[in-house]
Amino acid sequence: MSIYLNKDSKIIVQGMTGGMGAKHTTLMVESGANIVGGVNARKAGTTVELGGKELPVYGTVEEAMKETGADVSVAFVPPAFTKDACIEAIDAEIPLLVVITEGVPVLDTAEVVAYLEGKSTRMIGPNCPGIITPEESLAGITPHTIAGKGPVGLVSKSGTLTYQMMYELKDYGFTTAIGIGGDPIIGTTHIDALEAFENDPETKAIVMIGEIGGDAEERAAAYIKEHVTKPVVGYVAGFTAPEGKTMGHAGAIVSGSSGTAQAKKEALEAAGVKVGKTPSETAELMREILNQL
Amino acid sequence: MEFQAKELFAKHGVATTLGVVAETPEAARAAAEEMGGVTVVKAQVKAGGRGKAGGVKIAKTADEAESYARDIIGMEIKGLRVNRVLVTPATPPVEEYYFSFLLDRSNRSHLCIASVEGGVEIEEVAKTNPDAVRQTPINAIEGVTPEKAAEIVDDAKFPAELRDQAIEMVQKLWKVYVEEDATLVEVNPLARLEGDKLEALDGKVSLDANASEVRHPDHEQFEIRDEEDPLEAAAKDKGLNYVKLDGQVGIIGNGAGLVMSTLDVVAYAGEDHGGVKPANFLDIGGGANAQVMADGLHIILGDPQVKSVFVNVFGGITACDEVANGIKGALEILGDEASKPLVVRLDGNNVDEGRRILDELNHPLVTQVDTMDGAADKAAELAHQA
Repeated sequence: MSIYLNKDSKIIVQGMTGGMGAKHTTLMVESGANIVGGVNARKAGTTVELGGKELPVYGTVEEAMKETGADVSVAFVPPAFTKDACIEAIDAEIPLLVVITEGVPVLDTAEVVAYLEGKSTRMIGPNCPGIITPEESLAGITPHTIAGKGPVGLVSKSGTLTYQMMYELKDYGFTTAIGIGGDPIIGTTHIDALEAFENDPETKAIVMIGEIGGDAEERAAAYIKEHVTKPVVGYVAGFTAPEGKTMGHAGAIVSGSSGTAQAKKEALEAAGVKVGKTPSETAELMREILNQL
Repeated sequence: MEFQAKELFAKHGVATTLGVVAETPEAARAAAEEMGGVTVVKAQVKAGGRGKAGGVKIAKTADEAESYARDIIGMEIKGLRVNRVLVTPATPPVEEYYFSFLLDRSNRSHLCIASVEGGVEIEEVAKTNPDAVRQTPINAIEGVTPEKAAEIVDDAKFPAELRDQAIEMVQKLWKVYVEEDATLVEVNPLARLEGDKLEALDGKVSLDANASEVRHPDHEQFEIRDEEDPLEAAAKDKGLNYVKLDGQVGIIGNGAGLVMSTLDVVAYAGEDHGGVKPANFLDIGGGANAQVMADGLHIILGDPQVKSVFVNVFGGITACDEVANGIKGALEILGDEASKPLVVRLDGNNVDEGRRILDELNHPLVTQVDTMDGAADKAAELAHQA
């Protein structure tokens, strides 16, 4: 089992013919993910060979879904066009939309999130590495070679910390690892992923990685306390970040006294979550838990 | 800064007084003379609490305006040097209100905050009289309709005689927020002047950098570079994501989360090595080629406080051998400029080949350590010994 993505997932790529899109579609095909086509209105009707697979290009998400039975779309669309691409996918009722694009205007994302209200689509991102269910499927840019299948569920704001943590726990492996993105407003939240991992019978324990900015970790802590019975280990990045400076991710900023790593750590610990000081210590905490299961 | 916020207010029809920006006491004097009467001389700097810091003065004459400008220009407010003042005619408010639109991350939407008790920091009002601070969520698709604006104004209990003016102003401020892609539009005080005229007396606008990049080339004019740290400015010119900090261990890494984490790990390690701290944040992203690596090292080595450098890369999409070759090439490009010890930790994709390349290079400045914690400890130790 896994969350959101499995071996039966059929994936299309919005922006497959662009530079980033083509590169990562190749990597997704090579990982064994079932990529069934792409979307580009200007190249509809053609095919593209990526990763040794001949992939059809469709004019719209709706058409691609009808022709291929796709249920996942991964978007590598430039930031100026991301909003329209998302709305197109949501209107086509794609079950899972993974938005990799970095640099999307936050007002656009706010509009897309409001648009999702009452619709059937789950959106992950933007500005995220996407989601991987090792040995089954990959919708995003996470290297598929880091770790295999196992009992750990991982949810993280950051891409490279996702990779780092998968690497640290590669001897155990993962049900699903999901990077939800570092923007101020995102689709799928820590809480959504925690809920899904809690309900996934194969997931035995959860690693949650956060970083400075906003209050998503604090709210996730409150959720864990009320609703999560599985062991959760946490890590928060950015203890040394100064106030008022954006640290790489658009959402990673301490404003006044809010959004600090210390406050997030304290909230998680108050909810019974063991929080590591470093990624390796966090992995060690998870190892101790897994050894007792 | 205030004068820039006011330019954006004026552009969208929000009543405000632009005034004159002066970079010298003489220019402030000339502006005050031109205006005649009593003027206000205000420090222009990206920080709150300017009044408390002595950065806002009321000048009865042009002489006084010049003298206050001389005091204010060059002073520091919250660590920022004041390089200019704004001179405006003094318009004493009858009453002061507060108004803002802002990005509400918790609710993944927008929020309006309004209060008829303005003029002081809104956090203070929220503490002393929370009922007077009214919050209204704004739907990101519907935005602020005339009905919504009326709801906001009535809920905050603006005086009846100002109701129509306030509703109009709320809609115009929403235009500033949406059309400029702001994440904050704040008016404080929103002033009731003589003759029941509403005016944005002071304000603040934060713009979304992503949106400015995508669709507001004109926002470049608002970037005032003379406040910036010179190393941050140089990094920005090279397209590098760099933040200067106050420490001795230079940091280069890939990915915002991993770099933030690296700073923390170095700070912990520093506790055992004389309290050395990370000197900067620098995320070189996925493409760790020789030129990017050289540009990054160049910026970091330009910081005289830096005693050692920690390069922390996890090979995800970028393979470690590419990164190792990037470091090798960067050391060739920099030549003698590379003068500080470099601790490199590579992990992930093609790690064996990456480590082999650096072993073979056998550069006197480069030390490889296999783990992130171990490498942070080594970098802190080298910085402390230097």
